Amino acid sequence: MSDPTGLIVAAVVLAAATVFGLVRARRDGRLRDGGRGDALRLSADELGAALGERATLVQFSTALCATCPGTRRLLAEVAARTPGVRLVEIDAEARLDLVRRAEVMRTPTVLVLDRAGRVVRHASGPPTTADMESAVELAMAD
Amino acid sequence: MPDRTPAVPVRIDPRGPRFAAGLTTLVLLLVLATGSGVALVAQAVVFALGAILGLRWSPYGWLYRRLVRPRLGPPQELEDERPPRFAQAVGLGFAVVGAAGYLSGATWLGIAASAAALAAAFLNAVFGYCLGCELYLLGVRGRARLNHG
Repeated sequence: MSDPTGLIVAAVVLAAATVFGLVRARRDGRLRDGGRGDALRLSADELGAALGERATLVQFSTALCATCPGTRRLLAEVAARTPGVRLVEIDAEARLDLVRRAEVMRTPTVLVLDRAGRVVRHASGPPTTADMESAVELAMAD
Repeated sequence: MPDRTPAVPVRIDPRGPRFAAGLTTLVLLLVLATGSGVALVAQAVVFALGAILGLRWSPYGWLYRRLVRPRLGPPQELEDERPPRFAQAVGLGFAVVGAAGYLSGATWLGIAASAAALAAAFLNAVFGYCLGCELYLLGVRGRARLNHG
């Protein structure tokens, strides 16, 4: 086979995937502003679970999500350590209405709500414990 | 949808699928380098076994358990088998399309499908990133939109 097209394509794919993977690894799970202007607000009814007294962590998961269980463990630990903070896990497939409203594009997506249910921070991809803790503090400060 | 009935999902050593993705990457590079539709058919069979029987029963999973795992020691944690199994099914789709392309003379189709599968396998092997799993939710969203207009 003397046609080099396949090899060239392979080289381009590997280079592009490497760039994508590196960028993704840096951005993954970073907690970003929930959008203060018209902040999304979720009620206990919509979540199907009571809000935490001081803050609520909402995790969107699917069954076919490799990193969701690890994120759930991490969030459960943060919630257990912080009084007044509750964790609510949402099955994204069963709640496509919420998925659309919160603009969830992938799982896990984590929303940090303040006591009124306003989205203060959100992360797509697995967040780190330190980032989660500072986001919870921010939510409770309001 | 794959079956979601079992109350206790099968849990596997997460390093197994990663090792399998590494081998898959090498095979797909070979396919792209040689334009061999037969090699891609072989990879499609591996994907099919992983998707239908579970990753532990695919040839790469078997190699992992026989040759690699004994040297690594026990895993620190296990993971749900369904996400990587779903990814195998996605890989199977690309491999079938690609093999059909190569074997029918539509080389461009073979190259395109192999390249897409290579990107997914490489991201999984090197970064532990499951492209098929990520696309799953977007697929569900799109399907719901079609159904509800």
